[in-house]
Amino acid sequence: MIITKSKVPEKILEMTKPYKRIFIVGCGTCSTACQTGGEEQVKEMAERLGVKVIGKAVVESPCDLRLVKRDLGGSRQLLEEADALLILSCGAGAQALAEHTGKIIIPGLDTVFVGEIERIGRFYERCRACADCVIYETGGICPVVRCSKGLLNGPCGGMANGKCEASGHTRDCAWVLIYNALKKQGRLDLFAKFRPPMDRSKKAQPQEVVNR
Amino acid sequence: MPREAYSELMKAIAAGKFVFTGEIQPKKAAHFDDVIRVAKVLKGHVVACNVTDNPRAHAYLSSLSAAHIIQREVGMEAICQMTVRDRNRLALLSELLGAAALGIRNVLTMSGDHTSLSDNPGAMPVYDLDTAQFVYMVRRMVDEGVDLEGNKIEGKVKLHVGIVGNPNADPLEVELLKIERKLKVGADFMQTQVVFDVEKAKGFLRGVRGYPVPILLGILPCRSYGVAEFIAKNAPGMSVPEDFMEELRKAEEVEDNSRRKSRIEDVNVRYFADFIREVKRTTHASGIHIMAVGYEGVVKALVESVSK
Repeated sequence: MIITKSKVPEKILEMTKPYKRIFIVGCGTCSTACQTGGEEQVKEMAERLGVKVIGKAVVESPCDLRLVKRDLGGSRQLLEEADALLILSCGAGAQALAEHTGKIIIPGLDTVFVGEIERIGRFYERCRACADCVIYETGGICPVVRCSKGLLNGPCGGMANGKCEASGHTRDCAWVLIYNALKKQGRLDLFAKFRPPMDRSKKAQPQEVVNR
Repeated sequence: MPREAYSELMKAIAAGKFVFTGEIQPKKAAHFDDVIRVAKVLKGHVVACNVTDNPRAHAYLSSLSAAHIIQREVGMEAICQMTVRDRNRLALLSELLGAAALGIRNVLTMSGDHTSLSDNPGAMPVYDLDTAQFVYMVRRMVDEGVDLEGNKIEGKVKLHVGIVGNPNADPLEVELLKIERKLKVGADFMQTQVVFDVEKAKGFLRGVRGYPVPILLGILPCRSYGVAEFIAKNAPGMSVPEDFMEELRKAEEVEDNSRRKSRIEDVNVRYFADFIREVKRTTHASGIHIMAVGYEGVVKALVESVSK
């Protein structure tokens, strides 16, 4: 899931200020799950902005151009009339909408990470999209994102009592979690293994996957 | 076959000497005045001196420049600390070549405190390599004369690569496995984080005794009761013995300034001399790393007291 956070209202008001006709687009997938860009949040945002809002829609997945075309097909006229689009989705969705409409885009959310939802209000980063997954060797725990330093051969000297220095020793050290997981699986040899430097060129941005 | 010793530190250890190293922490300053002053205090009492690299992720005068000045202006060998926090592999390699060319022979590899602790907390933490990979890179440079990709380096790279161990780590087994990993990759020496409790130090040394790598135990003489109390309360996993703290507290009751300082020094020298003698007598440690930043004056008295 792509985890998003709402921008503070003042910031959104500042960006919407110059425009008289605004169309709001939400996301029916990740931002709905995060309660940042679902039907309810789109409605609340429309109420907050009042008469400026000339239309609103929730696209199933605004990051998928095919679904953008499908779900916004009926709003073509209003989209054309709009001065700007206020988007309540992740950055990928907001950019797909920019590409599709050519309109001024106002991001209403900040995209924070790829993560896991425990319940509403509790989201945890779980994947850095590093393009080189190692979790088979690390007990199903990603050191790239869950170690605050992203070390492949941890822990670092900042671990104390099993906790991480970057969190003021409140959050579990990922490498202690990895140790515990591998020990339980009887695979501690993988803990002691030396992992060579990561090939960062796999993440040279922007990445594309083009198969055909 | 043991590797060739390029530095005074490694030569002394190879000759079977019990060695002392010191520590200098450059400041946020555009001059070397303090670095040179402290180096002069330490010279002659330690075989080499660590130069810290932006501890607590606070940006200070660069470790490499200070290490060079200490060697050139003061004539004391430096152990240049280098973290992987602020430099990617290109910058690390470049820095190591600069160090080698300037005649620096010891590099201590460290992760570096996380930027969340920084005085510039908005900085990007790099961590392109981790310390094990950093050690691996130095080994390739020294042993094969190439960089990580196998690109040839002109001239012989004469560097010793050190690592840090933490006797206070809990769980200790995780720390020991990590150290083992770095020793297998090819670290030349290890210095440890501060340890006050000699039994804890001995336990740690037993855990790493399978590897023929010289180990220098880290100690931290305390210039005041406040320093000891701060460590006891704030340094996770680090315990400061109560009798030592109590003696410091009593020493601080002395009203006369110079007598008080001398009492505090006595307390430190007594405590750490006992620690060092016990380490020399019962363990395979190769020496002691004295982290007396801001309290360099005690180093001479301490080293002399155990060298008699």
